Amino acid sequence: MADIKIDKTIDARGAACPGPLMELIKAMKQENVGSVIEILSSEKGTSVDAPAWLQKVGQELVKVEERGDHWSIIAKKIK
Amino acid sequence: MPKRIVIVGGGAGGTITGNLLARNLMHQIEHGQVIINMITDKPEHIYQPGFLYIAFDKVRPEEIIRQQQDLLDPHINLFVDPAVKIDREKNVVHTKGGKEFPYDYLIVATGSRIVPEAIPGLKEGAHWFYDLPGAQKLREALKGFEGGRVVITVGVPHKCPVAPLEITFMLYDYFKQKGMLDKVELYYTYPINRVHALEPVANWAVPQFEKKGIKYEVLFNMEEVDPEKKILKSMEGTHLNYDLLIAIPPHKGAQVIEDSGMGKGGWVATNKQTLRNEGHNNVYVVGDTTDIPISKAGSTAHFESDVVAERIASEIQEGGTMTEYDGKVVCFVETGFDEATYVWFNYKNPPKPTPPSKMLHWMKLGYNRLYWLSARGVL
Ligand SMILES: Cc1cc2nc3c(=O)[nH]c(=O)nc-3n(C[C@H](O)[C@H](O)[C@H](O)COP(=O)(O)OP(=O)(O)OC[C@H]3O[C@@H](n4cnc5c(N)ncnc54)[C@H](O)[C@@H]3O)c2cc1C
Repeated sequence: MADIKIDKTIDARGAACPGPLMELIKAMKQENVGSVIEILSSEKGTSVDAPAWLQKVGQELVKVEERGDHWSIIAKKIK
Repeated sequence: MPKRIVIVGGGAGGTITGNLLARNLMHQIEHGQVIINMITDKPEHIYQPGFLYIAFDKVRPEEIIRQQQDLLDPHINLFVDPAVKIDREKNVVHTKGGKEFPYDYLIVATGSRIVPEAIPGLKEGAHWFYDLPGAQKLREALKGFEGGRVVITVGVPHKCPVAPLEITFMLYDYFKQKGMLDKVELYYTYPINRVHALEPVANWAVPQFEKKGIKYEVLFNMEEVDPEKKILKSMEGTHLNYDLLIAIPPHKGAQVIEDSGMGKGGWVATNKQTLRNEGHNNVYVVGDTTDIPISKAGSTAHFESDVVAERIASEIQEGGTMTEYDGKVVCFVETGFDEATYVWFNYKNPPKPTPPSKMLHWMKLGYNRLYWLSARGVL
């Protein structure tokens, strides 16, 4: 982890609505190209859904990590 | 020296917070120990959920507009003069009219606004119901619509997460009443991988869509509109033809937030429990303009206002309180012209479904009137 510099972390744990994936989409639209964005989610589904969306729109998935009671999904805005 | 409270934004959150503070601090205000100044950018207060009904000609604009002054406790001083800069180092708000409002406590309640210009072609090619002129224009477009594909598309981020489903079900009932269902195809799109952010609402909506023949596509984030050819393109690479495009354009916070360096996109970094602006103990944030990952809704603004008013009044009267925001949101969801459902949740309790009923629909309509009491801090 030490080598990944995160520009923005969104703690969407326990956030039912709009939820972690919508927060990732918002950040991807708002942050500058090159930014590394981390989403924390307490929903297991996000660890599958977020990477699938990133692939669909051609953005980079850096890492998915399970951390006890939540997941960290790190993405990079490349375009 | 009196304690000066400045509220920027006279919408749902600012008005409720102001009225609750005026009530809690009446004694101090009357004895010159506290002053409450509200800075807003227009003399009227508009009840935004009413736009949905304007689009279907069920409500007239006069029913959803009041004078802001009439909603405010007389202990609050109202200034209709937009804030142009908030200086958190010097604790002062600057207005367009050149006035300066120094503060001991600041409440930022500038809401969110649609930015259709963020999507190329959207302004020219789409209709929306997220402001009054837009809702009126959509009403006229619906009256003249002779049939074809109606596409509903949703920008990120947006306020009122239930509105996309509500408009879709109300469109279905509208075309049904007009006897036009055989000429209309309703096509709903949504940014994430289910038809609504709230899972129980999504699970309820899909069989409804199927029963009513409403088509839907998920993982659809609008990217561009070709208003000539009437094509909507998504970031995910799909193209949709439309005859009538109804969009919830993406939102931003107020320009003054960005101009004051208080947050990208106009979203202010806010502690999700204390509702303080991170790093600024005397600045509180309520409503749509927080960056808390939570629904941007009037009910959110209301529950946050209760907390902020309590915290500031206690800080002034007793040196502080432990009252914190628990993430509570309540939403009534119209599921057509005569039924509605209801969801509530907070940071700890996920939403549970409630079967739609006529009574919940009447409660939503009732709240549309009760809002004026809610804004006054009575309800
Ligand atoms: C079509 C539609 C349907 C909706 N339906 C529902 C619903 O069913 N349930 C629900 O809970 N919510 C609903 N909402 C959402 C709800 O209206 C908002 O979430 C709520 O108004 C947010 O309150 P706020 O105080 O944060 O912002 P607002 O109420 O928007 O108030 C912000 C205020 O700040 C003022 N302002 C902005 N910039 C400045 C400046 N520079 N200087 C001074 N003043 C400024 C604005 O003029 C405005 O008066 C709906 C919204 C829409 C558009």
